[in-house]
Amino acid sequence: MKIQEADAKSLLAAQGLPVPPWAVARTPAEARAAAERFLAHGAGRVVIKAQVLVGGRGKAGGVKLAGSPAEAEEVAGRILGMEIKGIPVRKVLVGPAAVIVKEFYLGAILDRASRRIVLMASAEGGVEIEEVAKATPEAIHRVEAHPLLGLLDWQARELAFAVGLAGPHLRDFVKIAKGLVATMRANDADLVEVNPLAIIRESGPEGHVERLACLDAKVTLDDSALPRHPDLEKLRDLDEEDPADAEARHYDISFIHLDGSIGCMVNGAGLAMTTMDLVNRAGGAPANFLDIGGGAKADRVSAAMRLILADPKVRAILVNIFGGITRGDEVARGLIDARARQEREVPMVVRIVGTNAEEAARLLREAAFETAATLDEAAAKAVAAAGQATGGAA
Amino acid sequence: MSILIGRETRLVVQGITGREGEFHSRQMLEYGTRIVAGMTPGKGGLHALENRVPVFNTVAEAVRQTGANTSCIFVPAAGAPDAVLEAIGAGIGTVFCITEGIPALDMLPVVEVVRAAGARLIGPNCPGATSPGQAKVGIIPGSIHREGHVGVVSRSGTLTYEAVQAMTDAGIGQSTCVGIGGDPIIGTTFLDVLQLFAADPETEAIVLIGEIGGSAEEEAAAWAAEHLRGVPMAAFIAGRTAPEGKRMGHAGAIISGGRGTAAEKVTALEAAGIRVAGSPTELPALLREAGYRG
Repeated sequence: MKIQEADAKSLLAAQGLPVPPWAVARTPAEARAAAERFLAHGAGRVVIKAQVLVGGRGKAGGVKLAGSPAEAEEVAGRILGMEIKGIPVRKVLVGPAAVIVKEFYLGAILDRASRRIVLMASAEGGVEIEEVAKATPEAIHRVEAHPLLGLLDWQARELAFAVGLAGPHLRDFVKIAKGLVATMRANDADLVEVNPLAIIRESGPEGHVERLACLDAKVTLDDSALPRHPDLEKLRDLDEEDPADAEARHYDISFIHLDGSIGCMVNGAGLAMTTMDLVNRAGGAPANFLDIGGGAKADRVSAAMRLILADPKVRAILVNIFGGITRGDEVARGLIDARARQEREVPMVVRIVGTNAEEAARLLREAAFETAATLDEAAAKAVAAAGQATGGAA
Repeated sequence: MSILIGRETRLVVQGITGREGEFHSRQMLEYGTRIVAGMTPGKGGLHALENRVPVFNTVAEAVRQTGANTSCIFVPAAGAPDAVLEAIGAGIGTVFCITEGIPALDMLPVVEVVRAAGARLIGPNCPGATSPGQAKVGIIPGSIHREGHVGVVSRSGTLTYEAVQAMTDAGIGQSTCVGIGGDPIIGTTFLDVLQLFAADPETEAIVLIGEIGGSAEEEAAAWAAEHLRGVPMAAFIAGRTAPEGKRMGHAGAIISGGRGTAAEKVTALEAAGIRVAGSPTELPALLREAGYRG
């Protein structure tokens, strides 16, 4: 699960990491009030950042500076009216604009290949790390945290030296690097990224001081661990969530909305992806990824049908079941029941093999369903049906 | 011969008295798997499956009493990492963890302990393995198999059944089919299984079924290019149409930062001389074209 920058910053701050203060505003007036506070406490300017769960906010114009409360209100008003990569901006983060001396990248990821937590650091901060990885992979330094002992001090120091952070910031860097791993463990995150981690200049009573600060934060949480973190489940941003996703979660269905016209209902994630691929290969476009999971009964089949039909672009439905734990006759009964209650008529092609497939075939025949013997045949029939339903090619 | 499981397998099922554990243990017994023990803490002394399987309180006790050498875990996610560690602690050499939904960070120390013990963990979130005619461990339907000489390795469940059924229908039997699991952190990778197949005299050809996410297919392809020249191989990769940044059902099936795409994997496999099917039903024909005559 992705969470917003402001929430990610809270998780970092909870582990004692240096995160400058911030406020979240849902209206230009709230942004103005927040800016007033920060400007009154010594900030020269404030930064206003769109809170959306996609990258590239800066490039899209979703990050701006303001020098006065009035300007902050005006800038926030513009950002709150924007869409970034199709997502309307509903809230902004307001914080004091830092005076940046130098930017770094620091990230902790769950690395699949090494089966370790890997810390990555780069002196090329503030730019998208994927771009750095492509252009100059040697600019990214990595260390693998020990699987039983975690990130060790010397490993963090090694990273610090590699990115040129020897002098006065070494100690803080080690704390921050270990703090990223601690944030990961405390919240079951699979990614904790600070980009930029910056040396910022602040003026205090004794003149200028320079220190490290986490100016941005990105955290993604392991969905499998959310049941043991009810507090983190509350960070799910329902503003950015398709209402269908909540229903899918309720019924334990894996559902991802796509742009095509052929709704898919499949058991098993790999087979569900394959079904999409074969629809595409047959010249159609899948409307969704949908895995009804193992051992699905009639109620889950009905829920899946509702999810698929809620998409007005759906012109045909392909049901592909390879029964193992899932019993074909249960799915067939669920389909018959769901069709009797569905609000709009959409052609359906059903392919059920495996456990209790004969009984499923008999039920579907009696109910006059269109069936197919193989997955390839089912995909071709569904694409043809969608084409007829739109009066042209699919 | 076969890999991982066979006639020598003496299985202990952890969580045998649960709904899933009992259902699948019954199927395994019917297939001919030697289930020598069940294990559920607090149910030691009982017998499961109409008195056919003695139940023990601990895996260590099951090993002492029955000589179990392989374990299959049907324990809920919260207790599954502990179940794996208990099996390893009891000296079990091969552990299959069927459980889905284990937090990934929980698995990091577990895979390390398994590795240090010189044992093998398959999964988690995997369907298990079948060595047709000998034994099946896990949840793969026994009916789809046919005895033969093609090794199958996959990250998926039902997609594997689809591919194996197509092979069986085409008269191509299997030496062992292994589902390695759809999670990001798993005990046994494609590469590990390819190495086992390479060392198995009964395996003459290999089918690899991958999907988006990670780079395990690429690593396997690189190894195959060097060590499996002359072994007929075919592959399938699911998720050519999957969008970026979305987890496609399996916790590990995600394209992130433009990496882990089906296209990258197909390119790597083809560069290793392995043909990639456009549909799982084409795998038998591709195996034949790759020179498999069995």
